[in-house]
Amino acid sequence: MSRQTVLFDAPGPRARRNVRVGNWIGAVVVIGIAVFVMVQLNAAGQLRPELWAVVVDPDSWRYNFLPGLQNTLVAAAYSIVTAVVFGLLFGVGRLASNRALRWFCGVVVEFFRAVPVLVMMVAGYQILGRFTAVSGTAQLLLGVVIALTLYNGAVIAELVRSGVYGLPKGQREAGLAIGMTRGQSIRSIELPQALIAMLPSLVSQFVVILKDTALGYIIVYPELLRSARLLGSGAPFAILQSLFVAALIFIVLNYLLSKVAELVARKVGGRTSGKARANPAPPNAVTVPAVGGSGT
Amino acid sequence: MSEFLAVLSNYDLVGAYWLNIQLTFFAGLASLVIGTILALMRISPIPSLQFAGTTYVNLIRNTPLTIIVVFAALVLWPVLGVEFSTDFATNFFWLAVAALSVYHASFMCEALRSGVNTVPAGQAEAARAIGLPFLPAARLVILPQAFRGAIAPMGNTLIALIKNSTVAAAISVPEISILMKEMMENEGNYVIPIFLTVAVGFVIIVVPIGLAVTYLSQRLAVSR
Repeated sequence: MSRQTVLFDAPGPRARRNVRVGNWIGAVVVIGIAVFVMVQLNAAGQLRPELWAVVVDPDSWRYNFLPGLQNTLVAAAYSIVTAVVFGLLFGVGRLASNRALRWFCGVVVEFFRAVPVLVMMVAGYQILGRFTAVSGTAQLLLGVVIALTLYNGAVIAELVRSGVYGLPKGQREAGLAIGMTRGQSIRSIELPQALIAMLPSLVSQFVVILKDTALGYIIVYPELLRSARLLGSGAPFAILQSLFVAALIFIVLNYLLSKVAELVARKVGGRTSGKARANPAPPNAVTVPAVGGSGT
Repeated sequence: MSEFLAVLSNYDLVGAYWLNIQLTFFAGLASLVIGTILALMRISPIPSLQFAGTTYVNLIRNTPLTIIVVFAALVLWPVLGVEFSTDFATNFFWLAVAALSVYHASFMCEALRSGVNTVPAGQAEAARAIGLPFLPAARLVILPQAFRGAIAPMGNTLIALIKNSTVAAAISVPEISILMKEMMENEGNYVIPIFLTVAVGFVIIVVPIGLAVTYLSQRLAVSR
């Protein structure tokens, strides 16, 4: 829990008493809300053991949750690899000394950051169906991967660029001072440090990719949410319970990933002159303004 | 080209975008309100409120928006009986607004909190040193600076919200991505032009807001 010190002075005896009283009142209100929710769930018959039995049944896991989770992870894994490649290519492209190349990469990156992932997913799926022989699950998977690659690749490209811009000026000047060209200095001094500095943010971006695979639900890719919904649509209609479990799986996976990001941030902090820090999982669509790294 | 324009004129693109903008507007207001309450809880010195706020943010932020939207339509309404309107379409619109608000409130909270974090402790100490009590110090010294620091992350959340309003498609709110799908299925020859049209629409909506946010956050930045 992060303690905020800026607003509050160190508490004296009276303030400590107020905090204690406030703490009890707050606890009562929070527990009251929790009790209210439970009472409502009970009134709607949602706490019945046979409904919760559905989601702990090994068969539900074997035929619904685990295959769904597998498809989710497959889509996320492909998207992560392709998005990183896309991001590195276009991120470096935006730093190129060739003006036309820089401009082209900039337009591509800004375009894909501004278009919703879902729009790209639906369009990608339809375009594949129209112009290629890909069909069935492969078409759905590719639709998901293409959309996630284009959007997250564009975000990663921005990470590369803001990573280089976030380095202290002295790094570039030192390179130029020993007679390197601008390109040499970027390649051998700035990029290696920027890539290490962006590692934590990169892992945070993987959380976004994992979360956004759930958009595949809308184009009927058989991922975790879709399989949870199928499970809940049959008798005894444990839809609340199965969506709850699907959400729980996502929360646990994303929480672990964000812990990894924090760990990476601590590990690599000393190996770069840039600022390595773990951003908390951003909303699935962030436009980081030109002032580097302030987007969260 | 003129044929494509004739095709476009058969569909109500503006109406669909208007639905996205409405979703964004209402969900933006609601998430700002919920997010402010959460941020106050998290920056308060009261442990139970801090715990509740932190738990909300960590749970919601790590849940896919699609699950929350689907939950609203398949659980909140039919199972738990939360109904905003007896009209089917209106009900689903508000269910989508509710889901978008719940999700983005956690990001609004973090945006506001990061704004408070930009204020150096010396500012609060100086305010106390000249004898300002808690509320005047917060009102005159800390919150004005905190708000300026929060503009950029709040703007980013707003932009994310605009784009995420398309996720209402998961529960068949007839916004732009559903219309795009329908157009692509009916007009197979124009799949790519249709995509470009819809995408450029978003570029036109999102890029000016992004530029305005960057301009405002730099213009109002507290120089330190």
